[in-house]
Amino acid sequence: MRLADVAQFASGSLRGNPTRTLLMILAMSIGVASVVVLTALGEGARLYVVNQFSSLGTNLVIVLPGRTETAGIGPGMLLGQIPREITLDDAEAILRSRAVKRIAPLTVGTATLSRDALNREVVVLGSTSDLLEVRHMSLGIGKFLPPGDIHESASVCVLGNQMKRELFGNEQAVGQWVRLGDRGFRVIGVLGEQGESMGMRTDELVIIPVASAHQLFNTSGLFRIMIEAKSRDVIDQVKHDAEQIMFQRHNGEKDVTVITQDAVLATFDRILTALTLAVGGIAAISLAVAGVLIMNVMLIAVAQRVKEIGLLKALGAPGRQIRALFFAEAALLSAVGSVVGLALGYAGSMLVGKIYPSLPVSPPWWAVLAACGIAMGTGILFSVWPARRAAQLDPVAALAGR
Amino acid sequence: MIQLEKVSRSFTVGDQQVAALRGIDLNIAAGDYVSIMGPSGSGKSTLLNLIGLLDRPSSGTYKLDGGNVTELDDVQQARVRSEKIGFVFQAFHLVPRLTAAMNIELPMILAGIAPAERKKRVEKLLENYGLMDRADHRPDQLSGGQRQRVAIARATSMHPAVLLADEPTGNLDQTTGKEVIDLLEQLLEQNVALIMVTHDPVIGSRAKRQIHMVDGQIISETGSGT
Repeated sequence: MRLADVAQFASGSLRGNPTRTLLMILAMSIGVASVVVLTALGEGARLYVVNQFSSLGTNLVIVLPGRTETAGIGPGMLLGQIPREITLDDAEAILRSRAVKRIAPLTVGTATLSRDALNREVVVLGSTSDLLEVRHMSLGIGKFLPPGDIHESASVCVLGNQMKRELFGNEQAVGQWVRLGDRGFRVIGVLGEQGESMGMRTDELVIIPVASAHQLFNTSGLFRIMIEAKSRDVIDQVKHDAEQIMFQRHNGEKDVTVITQDAVLATFDRILTALTLAVGGIAAISLAVAGVLIMNVMLIAVAQRVKEIGLLKALGAPGRQIRALFFAEAALLSAVGSVVGLALGYAGSMLVGKIYPSLPVSPPWWAVLAACGIAMGTGILFSVWPARRAAQLDPVAALAGR
Repeated sequence: MIQLEKVSRSFTVGDQQVAALRGIDLNIAAGDYVSIMGPSGSGKSTLLNLIGLLDRPSSGTYKLDGGNVTELDDVQQARVRSEKIGFVFQAFHLVPRLTAAMNIELPMILAGIAPAERKKRVEKLLENYGLMDRADHRPDQLSGGQRQRVAIARATSMHPAVLLADEPTGNLDQTTGKEVIDLLEQLLEQNVALIMVTHDPVIGSRAKRQIHMVDGQIISETGSGT
């Protein structure tokens, strides 16, 4: 029997019972669509996090005080157990590594920001001029921190967008004076609006030179050193160099942690990929259910068509040909179900994308392939039994309708 | 062409062995016209199914064109059915969703004959059996006589050597029944062996060889055979 004839015969018998066929296609397509939509959601969440990370800066290596055995933020740091603080000199030393493009030392504290009668608590970031580049911040008006010796303090500050609005409203802020704690700072710039990135609202920050921050908070240690590598390829080199430099400067003691943005990102990536796989797997169960449905309906179809099967045998169809015809029916059903399901799935994903515009929803290619593959697989797998049953029918009994 | 030697067939009904055929010896040559008659339950249809390879004998040998066909496997038997045997049933057994032309084409589709050749043969058969204006009708739009004509056209589409008819007129009135018998008898001119099971003595007596069966045995053969 020719392949084209097999396909035609199978599609003919599917068309012969449209209700049954439609129901099976519906079951199959719901399964495929749910895989597509759910993995699209998971993948959207993953991409969202990845994007958030890259908005933090690219090719970042971060040095933090304290030693933790595993990468990430350890309990020691949360409790403030700092064996030895990182100093501005350490930061400058790291610049010696040839793989380093630029660095931004970071000191963080809170202070009362006030102008005339207005005042509020703000997060104050002490850093250098390179922070703008390293952290991919954007400047609204004015200038960022002036370049120069990082040990030199200056009474200048850059306000987050929201801080400027709260203190100055629509007035010109650049050139005005504000107070941080008991010190006066001249506003030299205002950050552009950036919203939230990784839990830190840059719109609510005040940035001052790192040396001024040390004086303001009466400290000398750094909270972080943000290092930007020259390229993605040398990130590991930078990490190694930073570790070495700190190791030497701290008298052979490994009391700092160097993490790469990639490592953190990779962790998130793994978690979210696992999540996507999990929801995809749950959705795939509905495909298996659709497969069982197909098996049921196919068994009924075999029972309904015993006479036809008997006839085909009498006309010279061996058992394997009859099996092939039933397989072809299942394959056709699954294929049509997959196509309809993909259409539904993509439509659903687009709808979700419309509802949550910030989520980059798009079904990953592997999920689409897997959904179709599982659909075809279950369709054919679950038709094995009915097809076998049809093939094994005794032609005499089948023709008599028994 | 057909040689049956001591062919028996028994069924297990409940815990009892029921013999449907007991030691049948039968030779049928190409172009023979054989009618098998007998009361119901005498084993007529079982014999026909055995000859048509739809059933296997419990013992004995069945040779078709000199080869022992009882030893063939499912695929080989199906092939013999496809190439040498045509069936005409009492209940027509047309596929309801297929048109008359497609029903006629079915054995050729199963045999894997090229579409162009199929089309040619279907055209010719439709013409021979006066079904030209019924080609695109489905079985439920055809009369009984037309249905049986489609079935005969289908049975002959692969140019079989043997045509097996199981009560071909059973569901037809006298006039159309006679027409159908005429059509079947025309096949004898092409040297096709026609074996027909019937309980209508009028129709049965038209055959050159008339076999009477009772209780799974051939009790008499009248007419000039072999």
